[in-house]
Amino acid sequence: MKDLHSPNSNKGFLASLAEGPSTDEFIKGLWRDNPVFVQVLGMCPVLAVSNTAENALAMGLATAFVLLMSNLLVSSLRNFIPKQVRIACYILIIATFVTITDYAIQAISVDLHKSLGAFISLIVVNCLILSRAEAFASKNTLGKSMLDALGMGAGFIFALFCLGAVREILGNGTLFGLSLLPGNFEEWIVMILPAGGFFTLAVWLLLFNVVNQRKSET
Amino acid sequence: MMETPTIQAPQTSSFNMLKAMVVIGVLCALLIVLTFEGTLPRIQQLRAEALEKAVFKVLPGTVSIQAFHYGEEQGFVEINAKDQSPDLVYAGYDQQGTLIGMAVEASGQGYADVLGILYGYSPENETIVGFHVLESKETPGLGDKIEKDPDFLSNFNGLDVSLKDNYKELKNMIVPVKHGTKTQPWEVDGITGATISSRAIGNIMGASTRYWVPLLYSHQQDFKLTED
Repeated sequence: MKDLHSPNSNKGFLASLAEGPSTDEFIKGLWRDNPVFVQVLGMCPVLAVSNTAENALAMGLATAFVLLMSNLLVSSLRNFIPKQVRIACYILIIATFVTITDYAIQAISVDLHKSLGAFISLIVVNCLILSRAEAFASKNTLGKSMLDALGMGAGFIFALFCLGAVREILGNGTLFGLSLLPGNFEEWIVMILPAGGFFTLAVWLLLFNVVNQRKSET
Repeated sequence: MMETPTIQAPQTSSFNMLKAMVVIGVLCALLIVLTFEGTLPRIQQLRAEALEKAVFKVLPGTVSIQAFHYGEEQGFVEINAKDQSPDLVYAGYDQQGTLIGMAVEASGQGYADVLGILYGYSPENETIVGFHVLESKETPGLGDKIEKDPDFLSNFNGLDVSLKDNYKELKNMIVPVKHGTKTQPWEVDGITGATISSRAIGNIMGASTRYWVPLLYSHQQDFKLTED
């Protein structure tokens, strides 16, 4: 993958916009284009399933897996899928991998499946995945699409973990079930309720923007 | 999106669309079927294990269990626990093979979704001896106290379900009461902050025991282990 500056065949102009060193396809998802903190995509699972660090990690991994597999398939079939029915095809592919993930999680642990609940099936409508399929995988080579999916997936896991860890520590006094705070700590129940998700997300977004602003000023 | 009509030949284009969707559809169906077949035994095993663990939990002192199916005429008949059927009851036995009690599944509407519970009944003492939540989507931190709150769970240690003299009805139906107002052994003391969830549990227990306890008591003989 050395000739990264060549425009991507006849497919789409966005591909030429996405030119850059291959590591950039990966890194951009982590920070510059972080799906949660910058693009603010896929808020439903971000807010709902980030009540503990474990749930957040599991949800992040499940989403990243679906993202990776659907990018893989969409990218390798990109010349086969006619433009007119592409969204239907993408949804079909995404739904398939979500179903597979659902079975896989059930087979791994009943408790984990119980705590993630309906949100596994809702990965289907996570706009992060469809947006990567439509905006990137359908216009780029397999290698680039995989890097993009890995980067975005990692960024999503990172963001969910940031929320999950803060909410679990403040709302439950634990991290991954291990007691962190002194026994007399009064838990902030609100943090593990939906409202806590909004508070935590707001603070993280604030931090992210402050850091980015400082960076651009210097 | 370009709305202008393209110069493509329509027949080929439609056929291509159809072809793409059918091929992808078949591919996806194949993937799903493979995963389903691959994970099914493991999923069933995990579910059965979870239920089994719960049966041992709600019938303290149990070392072996056996599933029974209830029918109007034949009473309780031993069956393989893997056969899924609605009217299942699990009997627990101690080391000597004497009956400790029966575990019954029950479900009903909770605050968020349907609650699935399992409780243990001891015909000898005519009380409920154990309780476990199998399925719950109650609010974390509030409603899910029904699974953790030790005061609430202690309700189900010796909850009175004794029968009237005709063995057909309960003397007193299990009823939920407000937190701190429990005075009778058949009342379920609620939880502050989980009022609806704990009341739902009380009501589910009430409805289920009213049906099952007279049946279980009068068919006790069915549960005696046959000599191996």
